Amino acid sequence: MKADPRGVLTGAHYIDGNHACCEGAIAAGCRFVAGYPITPSTEIVERIAVRFPLVGGVFIQMEDEIASSIAIAGAAWAGKKAMTVSSGPGISLMMEHVGFAVMTETPCVFVNVQRGGPSTGLPTLPGQADMMQARWGSHGDYEIIALCPSSPQECFNLTIDAFNLAEQYRVPVFMMMDECVGHMTEKVVIPPADQIEVEPRHFTDLPPEQYLPYKAGDDSVPDMVKAGDGYRIHITGLTHDERGYPVISADCQDRLVRRLVGKINRNVDSITRVDQDQVEQADVVVVSYGITARVALRPIEMARRKGIKVGHLRLVTVWPFPQQIIRELAGRVKAFVVPELNLGQVVLEVERCAAGQCPTLLVDHAGGTVHDPDRIYQAIVEAAK
Amino acid sequence: MTAVVNPVEPLLRTERIPHIWCPGCGIGTTVNCFARAISESPDIDLDKLIVVSGIGCTGRVAGYLRLDSFHTTHGRPIPFATGLKLANPELRVVVYSGDGDLIAIGGNHFIHAARRNIDLTVICVNNFNYAMTGGQVGPTTPTTAIGTTAPYGVYERPFNLPYLAASCGAVYVARWTAYHVRQLAKSMKEALHKKGFTFIEIISPCPTLYERRNRLGDGLARMRFYKDNSVIDHDADLRSLDIGFEGKITCGRFVNIERPSLIEAMDTRLSDKLGPKYQPIGNGT
Repeated sequence: MKADPRGVLTGAHYIDGNHACCEGAIAAGCRFVAGYPITPSTEIVERIAVRFPLVGGVFIQMEDEIASSIAIAGAAWAGKKAMTVSSGPGISLMMEHVGFAVMTETPCVFVNVQRGGPSTGLPTLPGQADMMQARWGSHGDYEIIALCPSSPQECFNLTIDAFNLAEQYRVPVFMMMDECVGHMTEKVVIPPADQIEVEPRHFTDLPPEQYLPYKAGDDSVPDMVKAGDGYRIHITGLTHDERGYPVISADCQDRLVRRLVGKINRNVDSITRVDQDQVEQADVVVVSYGITARVALRPIEMARRKGIKVGHLRLVTVWPFPQQIIRELAGRVKAFVVPELNLGQVVLEVERCAAGQCPTLLVDHAGGTVHDPDRIYQAIVEAAK
Repeated sequence: MTAVVNPVEPLLRTERIPHIWCPGCGIGTTVNCFARAISESPDIDLDKLIVVSGIGCTGRVAGYLRLDSFHTTHGRPIPFATGLKLANPELRVVVYSGDGDLIAIGGNHFIHAARRNIDLTVICVNNFNYAMTGGQVGPTTPTTAIGTTAPYGVYERPFNLPYLAASCGAVYVARWTAYHVRQLAKSMKEALHKKGFTFIEIISPCPTLYERRNRLGDGLARMRFYKDNSVIDHDADLRSLDIGFEGKITCGRFVNIERPSLIEAMDTRLSDKLGPKYQPIGNGT
């Protein structure tokens, strides 16, 4: 379906990534946001607080991030598209409800405007060190979707995608922004509402007597209902059967967890998105994401001028990891170069998928600013040898 | 001969019975009172009545009621219910959970929900301990009582829950024991029909753990204790409602006041500031 025009600020804007994320959420149909102030994400909820009363949304500033992260689950089960917004320390507190949303298959969006960590770290400065937390931060086996915008325009576009993917797969979806992208001001074009595709909630057609909340069809994603529709559902974070009733057994656990993981893993190809630039003929491929993909443009250009065949693979979705593309490239390139604002996280996935077919060079950074382009350039030169 | 159907049976997920609660436990008694309160309230649309629980023995209540019901995470039923209610104000939302869930790990949410006066009925079954995990002490365990994590007796002071709820802004506050089934059902009815944050504490036996460790007898002995040691005083000074070890239990409906609920306050403020531009929830997509 198309976006509701009442929420869409069609036109060209000069706004930062945080504001663009807010507008993306509204365009996607988000009408419930619970949040707690934290640098460098706060502008998102500040703009939501201004905009929501004008578009039929409710914003509530909760008492903490734990409350925010489960209030959105409540709102989702009341039928709304819902989002919470935070940064490292707050995201750490929210992790239990990432797991709750996974287990109860509650569509919702978590925005992480990443800063330097661990702990309070660097509140006002960028980092990309929460990439593994987004993937593994809650306990238990699960799969997640995480998107990584590199510009304010992409903060708008990918927030819409995040909501659409959340509805399609009934999973929490992470928007993995960073302080630079969040506070970078650029031109953001918001298209007319009739050019914005919005995934509606997949409500069941079955009557209450035939409906089972966790009986999935071929796509492994069950249809939903909302509270108050007369279906008398029971929803629990415990291991549950198709009725939604707790069943504490290894058999039920096996069926449920394999389905939850499988609904993402079996659709990796349709979920993952990458941008490829001159990857086909490359000897060296730079694998990057978020703000670091912007920083990598200069050293890639420098290397090309020196005659090195460098390709650029920008990960738009980091989770699920686009492993097939990396596997294929690993068989025909000399090396990968992976710059990231952490001491080595996504590089581990690149190495895993390369599986020894080619070396992988990490250009690490503890966070606080972006890379010196020369460090990435040196790594490309080294990799091309 | 026709089979006699218990009037509350249609409100229970009978396929899930037998339940997990121990003989002599008071939680089932409170559920019976709740089912009676709603079955005697024909104006309540059961399809719009939602029960949210946290984790613990009382946290399992949601799973036995044939209503839309949510068994959430430990301590968080109130913020889940807050999201549910704000996102669809037509729903009548009840949080039904235990003392550890609502007052220890969930204590911050409890005080803020009362402060906001969000439309929720919060029912707290207080059995003085963490029963699901084997009888640990908590913030409602009476001083000197024994639990597995206080083998020499508690030396902290417990919360006085009616005083706490009232001081934070609850518009309806009552306390009963599992013995006071008629008064409890009546209070539940009153709370369900009142706007804003309404709170009922129910003192309830845990014969398997709290009573056994403290050598207080079985479930029946507890009923006799409640009968002999409770005092009904609706006008009691809230500050006097502390419960000492084997001390008297003051019961009653202590608070029943009017104050704009969160949703009313939000609508009023935003209408004042934004005029016709204000779109309440549901008017958007």
